[in-house]
Amino acid sequence: MRGPLSLKQIAPVLVLLTLVASVASAGQQDHQYSPTEIQAGLRLYTAECSLCHGPNGDLMSGIDLRRGQFRRAVSDEDLARVITNGVPDAGMPAFAKLQSADVTALVAFIRAGFDVSGAAVKIGDPGRGQTLFAGKAGCAACHRVNGVGPRTAPDLSDIGASRTAPALQRALLDPSSAMWPINRPVRIVTRDGKTVRGRRLNEDTYTVQIIDDQERLLTFIKADLREFEVSTKSTMPPATSLSSEELADVIAYLLTLK
Amino acid sequence: MAMTIKSFGRVVFIALVITLSYRLQAQVTYDRILKAAAEPHNWLTYGGNYTSQRYSLLTQITPSNVAQLEQKWMLQDQVFGAWQSNPLVVDGVMYVTERPNDVMAVDAKTGRVYWLYRYAPAPESKVCCGANNRGVAVLGDTLYMGTLDAHLVAIDAKNGKPLWNVAVADVKLAYSITLAPLVVKDKVIIGVGGGEYGIRGFIAAYDAKTGKEAWRFYTIPGPGEPGHDSWRGEDWKYGAASVWVTGSYDPDLNLTYWGVGNPGPDWNPSQRPGDNLYSDSVVALDADTGKLKWHFQFTPNDGYDYDSVQVPVLADISWKGTPTKVMMWANRNGYFYVLDRATGKFLLGNNFVKVNWASGLDEKGRPIQTPQPNGMPTWPGNQGGTNWYPPAFSPRTGLFYLSAWENYSTIYRRESATYQPGGNFMGGGPGPNTPVPGAPSVGIGRRSPINNWTDAVGNGAVMAIDPQTGKPKWKVTQFDVTDGGMLTTASDLLFTGGREGYFHALDARTGKVLWKASLGGQIVMAPITFQVEGKQYVSVISGHNLVTYALRD
Repeated sequence: MRGPLSLKQIAPVLVLLTLVASVASAGQQDHQYSPTEIQAGLRLYTAECSLCHGPNGDLMSGIDLRRGQFRRAVSDEDLARVITNGVPDAGMPAFAKLQSADVTALVAFIRAGFDVSGAAVKIGDPGRGQTLFAGKAGCAACHRVNGVGPRTAPDLSDIGASRTAPALQRALLDPSSAMWPINRPVRIVTRDGKTVRGRRLNEDTYTVQIIDDQERLLTFIKADLREFEVSTKSTMPPATSLSSEELADVIAYLLTLK
Repeated sequence: MAMTIKSFGRVVFIALVITLSYRLQAQVTYDRILKAAAEPHNWLTYGGNYTSQRYSLLTQITPSNVAQLEQKWMLQDQVFGAWQSNPLVVDGVMYVTERPNDVMAVDAKTGRVYWLYRYAPAPESKVCCGANNRGVAVLGDTLYMGTLDAHLVAIDAKNGKPLWNVAVADVKLAYSITLAPLVVKDKVIIGVGGGEYGIRGFIAAYDAKTGKEAWRFYTIPGPGEPGHDSWRGEDWKYGAASVWVTGSYDPDLNLTYWGVGNPGPDWNPSQRPGDNLYSDSVVALDADTGKLKWHFQFTPNDGYDYDSVQVPVLADISWKGTPTKVMMWANRNGYFYVLDRATGKFLLGNNFVKVNWASGLDEKGRPIQTPQPNGMPTWPGNQGGTNWYPPAFSPRTGLFYLSAWENYSTIYRRESATYQPGGNFMGGGPGPNTPVPGAPSVGIGRRSPINNWTDAVGNGAVMAIDPQTGKPKWKVTQFDVTDGGMLTTASDLLFTGGREGYFHALDARTGKVLWKASLGGQIVMAPITFQVEGKQYVSVISGHNLVTYALRD
């Protein structure tokens, strides 16, 4: 009974995927810092920062660099600015002597969670991200945030609480691979031949609960259905029209939603 | 004042009604427990009788009338947390425990409570996986309960007052008792939990009258005892091997059988080289002396927390043409076993779910272990192919019934652990294997009415295994995993439930779902059946409710 989406359904997604795959492959590496940068960041951190911030980055109260907890900074640019200019009020000196590549390396090391084998996702400006979310990126066409927007896709009002930056990046670039199984799209054909599409909200052995594309909360008894398909393919298109910087901005915005 | 004829008649009528509603209430002698199967209107031991078959001779409810079941009463517990208790029923009175160590005497016909006994376990009580109590045992007019602070308490069954209370083990070393005791002859047999805290497990028997310890069998052999060399150095002192599910008893052989839990630290087997006897084993003990007659180890040097605390199910069946006293065992490690229970000889073993920690069993039933590389998933996962929830066996259908977890795996993290008295001693931990990193996964008990982990991380199944082949004859899958126990009857019904809160009646021969009720709360114990005043009842605990059904009046 349960099967993949029909060809007709996945065709538009496939076209989109192919279209964007070529665009994405060129810029994909730009979304993350390179292992070389992270490695260089470790050396710089040990030399310049660890005396005050400590080997784990948590010696200053209210700050845990390794876990991404800062007093003021949100975006990577903020971090770079703090490093370069210092925080005179709080006693942090300016590291104006560092080259911009060095500052980038430090940010990379912090974003990688102090893990030289880890991945460091670039985090841009949340304000610009919010604008993109509502506009060019097209997120607001399906997602709702803080009471604004449609309910067909998952509400993102607290998405920053349950997802990390790498998980958000993955969700934006390859939605199907990051979609939690519960959110999978459902296609139902009732006994009288009516087709209903929606997003799964809950399921058990005998029933399934969905919100359909008209935002109705519906429960179906599985035994009463002619067809019941749960797809592993997300209906969300990959955010490949965004530049690397724009992607970092959207991630920054999503991280603030909690 | 003179009584009129009319009022006299009323008094006689009332007296008659009272007399009729009195039920024959007698002491539960050992002889009655021994022959518990012959009085199916009662439920006298954890597993129904000493075979632990959970098979009842009551036949009022049948496949053709089961759809006429209606709810007769409901009892709500007053505490927080999963309700895993197995009620007993003695001549119309039900005895059921609730967390942490409350006992209630309940009228089995109406669900109204006669008395409530509250035992407050010491605040330092420590249990890894829930403040569970799985029920009491009865002998004479006395109930016996193990407590979270590792005491054994005798309670007057008529008024709920404690009679005696003995310390079974030291709560400061994180010993606890969650199982229902087993009474054999004049003794109360009990086992201890604490498998995540470096205890040295044991099974012990106490004089039912006085609470004096009669014997003790350590589930980890000490220096000089056979099996001691299956441990290195001091490891045996804190090697766990807890006992947290009730055993069975064969009166002809005078052997009592108990399943033993995981070795400690749970997830770092390289830290405790050797087979680690008698962890993950079944031990057959002389019921009078506690002396070991035989043992069979399911998972030597376990690194997956595959406790073998499943209920030993005993049956006398024809095995390759010869009447044989067997023991059937669907193990947490994913294999179903048939053993000769007189000798412990391995007769058959077959995996009932996907298994990749072993490539099979050798001719003696020992697994050929195939540990997975670091970071790779192991099937079945940490909660196992099945677990502590009681299975059932029907001599009529010849089938063994269990709840299984299918398509469920775990990625293990292994770390070295240092033993500190009473402290955690686990050596790493289990991590979920989800289709998307960070997605929700299953755990111990249901955490939400929304199944946001889905069958992508595992699904439940009711399985009926033919012990002659070790293969499922039928199975019914469930969307969520299940901790439902089994009850089967001589009318070929099978009652069970699961985490989704459905209570099912299935055709025991085919698995066809004949009737179901949506009770909403997770069913994490087996249903029981009993009869009062000629009416058969079925009770099941779902969430915080003990619900009792019977046919429509």
